[in-house]
Amino acid sequence: MSSSPKTFDSEFIAEVQRESEQNLALCYQCGNCTAGCPVSFAYDYPVNQIMRLVQAGRKQEALSSHAIWLCASCETCTTRCPNDIDVARIMDVLRHMARREDIVSEKAVGAFWKAFLESVEKHGRVFELGLMANYVSKTGRMFTDVDLAPMALRKGKLGLRAHDIKKLAEIRGIFDRYREQKQ
Amino acid sequence: MSLCYAYYPGCSGLGTSLEYDTSTRALCESLGIELVEIPDWNCCGSTPAHAVDHLLSACLVGRNLGIADDMAEERKLDGILTPCPSCLKNLKTTQHRLADPEFHRKVELVVGRTLTADLPIKSVLQMLVEDLGLEALAKLVQKPLAGLKVVPYYGCIMIRPPQIMQFDDPENPMALDNLLAELGAEVLPFALKTDCCGASLGTTRKDVIAKLSGRILDAAEEAGADAIVTACPLCQLNLDMRQSQINKANHSGHNMPVFYYTQLAGLAAGQGETSTMMDKLCVSPRPLLASLAGRTGEGA
Ligand code: SF4
Ligand code: SF4
Repeated sequence: MSSSPKTFDSEFIAEVQRESEQNLALCYQCGNCTAGCPVSFAYDYPVNQIMRLVQAGRKQEALSSHAIWLCASCETCTTRCPNDIDVARIMDVLRHMARREDIVSEKAVGAFWKAFLESVEKHGRVFELGLMANYVSKTGRMFTDVDLAPMALRKGKLGLRAHDIKKLAEIRGIFDRYREQKQ
Repeated sequence: MSLCYAYYPGCSGLGTSLEYDTSTRALCESLGIELVEIPDWNCCGSTPAHAVDHLLSACLVGRNLGIADDMAEERKLDGILTPCPSCLKNLKTTQHRLADPEFHRKVELVVGRTLTADLPIKSVLQMLVEDLGLEALAKLVQKPLAGLKVVPYYGCIMIRPPQIMQFDDPENPMALDNLLAELGAEVLPFALKTDCCGASLGTTRKDVIAKLSGRILDAAEEAGADAIVTACPLCQLNLDMRQSQINKANHSGHNMPVFYYTQLAGLAAGQGETSTMMDKLCVSPRPLLASLAGRTGEGA
């Protein structure tokens, strides 16, 4: 946790390259990724600028951006980059790093993902109703889809029971060993 | 030789996309394709897992691939199938990354078993097009969907990124177009066929969904479509269950049924409600399907 943010952080560049296995120097700012990005309108930095921030070692700005949390992982940028850079994977890696540094600029998105993975760890599969309840408790937000609940229930689309897998111990083991590995 | 696959239904098949899972199984059965569900499969982690950590994502997927390895030891399998593009992307990405020996070793340590993970992994749609062939599907058609005007909506990740997904054209896929044409539907050109619906931001950022999914509904209507046909549980949910929310946000008045292609295939094959589960759709397709009967009559 650095207190005074450096403006050029070469360690950061190396880390993104290592974790994403992509060569950042290949990006020549053509803007193809941004042109196809569906969520660009909601971003603070369009995706090509995120690439530029990373190239320029501007860690704080990149990791505290909203863009990395709003990215829908649609893979359009990766598909269209003329230099075969897996841009979506870089967005993934920036999220990983931001979470490790405890910077989550879109709190709701972070909370939803956390609740989702807790559901997987607990049941082995996603239990949608439990997930929503957990999400609401994490964010203190009302169930924002409350208007959809009657319809979802009537259609039997919101399971009231969790579908636990039989060998839950295997899932718990995976989460435990994963955490050990990461330490 | 009949085809047999390890089947990975995915979590949404247990709830929000029950009709996709049910109609997929029914369609495969009527085509003589055997689906053996991966026993005790677990969630692949979906977007949250890969957004949080690539090792965690690969390990959640890895357990399922390992069980499929065991299945393949007992009997001959033609591959692993899933109807869900998001599960598919996770399965295929993990298989791809396991080619790196160091990563492979790490994943095996966390999963707690060895992994071969060399079975071909495909979406049900890809299997129908590549392994079975659409002619076989065409033979099943008893009630062609004549007069039904549809736009095919692939969503973004069934074919992307092409290096991993290895299916169809990433900018202008045709698999679903061709399949729907075989069923007798009128398939309209659709420029937004691979545009993103907003994916999993539905719970957290409704404004994004209203804009992206709203645009898809607008374009479908403008194209003159009676309905949208999709192959993705998340796309279907955003366009169908959230259609009223989207209408409210955008001051639009869409009332557009959003089918899974497997439901329409079942319909064309003469299957009943237990297989096609049309009543699960939030925007009711009943008036449309009733008027279709009338339209075909006129044309005859
Ligand atoms: S498409 Fe590729 S090269 Fe062009 S700006 Fe984006 S990342 Fe850089
Ligand atoms: S993957 Fe993310 S950054 Fe890339 S185009 Fe899609 S939404 Fe934009």
